[in-house]
Amino acid sequence: MAAAENYPADLKYHREHDWVRIEGGEAVFGITWKAQDMLGELVFFQPPQIGAAVDKDGSYGEVESVKAVSDLIAPLSGKVVAVNEKVQAEPETVNADPYGAGWLVRVQLSDPGETEALLDADAYKQLAAEE
Amino acid sequence: MVPFAGYEMPVLYESVIAEHKAVRTDSGAFDVSHMGVLEIDGPEAHQALQRLLSNDLDRARPGTALYTLLTNESGGIVDDLIVYRRGETSYLLVVNASNRETDVAWLSERLLAGVQLRDLSDERAIVAVQGPRALERLGLAPAGSFTFAEIELFGVPCICARTGYTGELGCELICAAERATELWDAVLAAGAVPCGLGARDTLRLEACLPLHGQDITSETDPISAGLGWACVLEKEFTGAPLLREIKAEGPAMRLAAFVMDEPGIPRQGMPIVPDGHVTSGTHSPMLDKGIGMGYVPARKSKPWSMLTIDVRGRPLWAKVVTKPIVTSSRKYTDRQGEW
Repeated sequence: MAAAENYPADLKYHREHDWVRIEGGEAVFGITWKAQDMLGELVFFQPPQIGAAVDKDGSYGEVESVKAVSDLIAPLSGKVVAVNEKVQAEPETVNADPYGAGWLVRVQLSDPGETEALLDADAYKQLAAEE
Repeated sequence: MVPFAGYEMPVLYESVIAEHKAVRTDSGAFDVSHMGVLEIDGPEAHQALQRLLSNDLDRARPGTALYTLLTNESGGIVDDLIVYRRGETSYLLVVNASNRETDVAWLSERLLAGVQLRDLSDERAIVAVQGPRALERLGLAPAGSFTFAEIELFGVPCICARTGYTGELGCELICAAERATELWDAVLAAGAVPCGLGARDTLRLEACLPLHGQDITSETDPISAGLGWACVLEKEFTGAPLLREIKAEGPAMRLAAFVMDEPGIPRQGMPIVPDGHVTSGTHSPMLDKGIGMGYVPARKSKPWSMLTIDVRGRPLWAKVVTKPIVTSSRKYTDRQGEW
């Protein structure tokens, strides 16, 4: 079952349709409702290795739907400390719950100052509506 | 909706995966009105088509159909199509939408006097109803594969052919374009799930049915593509001498079907290392694994051969399997265990 369109106000957003939940020195990444809607039903998640470095605006993995593949863009820099194994086993979790059970990776942030460049929910919502 | 060969077509109605599974377990309906419908008749029609099509029309009694190839002088595949024999000298050809104009030009140049070719594509609609329960849902009696009859279904006159592109039981209904909506609504009311282009592609690939323009082209020959069964080399047709040579020598490359042995989805154009390439690839909804077809050296085309596929820089193992990979009556199982 697909989720209804929404962009929670407590998250930060990257214009490549990724969200971040900042929790102290760590952050959780995922893809937005808009991203999963554009891709359609996800069937594959290629996660990074735990311990791998991710760079802001760089690719940290891939997701694929039946027809399309998309790079996952890191909204912030850091080191991967966990990947969501549930999404590896059941990628459709992202379509059902993109901001909850469908989270993708947890990252130890290397430069918390980078959050300044991210969008808030209203700014991202406007961007998503224009595309 | 996406534009396809001049038609606006849905990739999906609700869900590619749900539509796919409906066809494997019950029944689904596809609007395939984009396909070309050509009528060929006249006293010389039989002889003329015998010289152009790879399959032997003498195998088709009136009321039966054949899968056949239209080949060029080099043995390449101009198109693959189904020829329906309506009478001794009357035929219907259902061709790929994207090749309709090529086919009409190809046939017009080569058909002789005494043969009439009419392109009925714009006047006809086709609804395919496919799945183990498709015929039952439509209230149709079982009939032999590749037979057809002119019937009235839900009050709509149509040609009902026991053909399809999913590997399942089912039929393709050819009716007048202006009656199509009526027929479509009745088919859905009978319980068939509406299916889009997305499921059509995943279903045909699980069943290892080739797609012209990807798995077979005017540059590839039927022997290498594993379609030798549709080429009767004992008769003369365009390209037959070259095909006899390829068959005698054995093709260098063959179109193999494979299942990924590791997580990852093969896609068209990906290299099969060191020599080969993927012609079609997708995620199999029934196996929940990547599957595909591609040309590989003949010695690596046998079931259980291992292939390496370059998935965007990641070399991943795949295993050659027998065709079809999946239909409702047959499912590939990996005896070497799960991932």
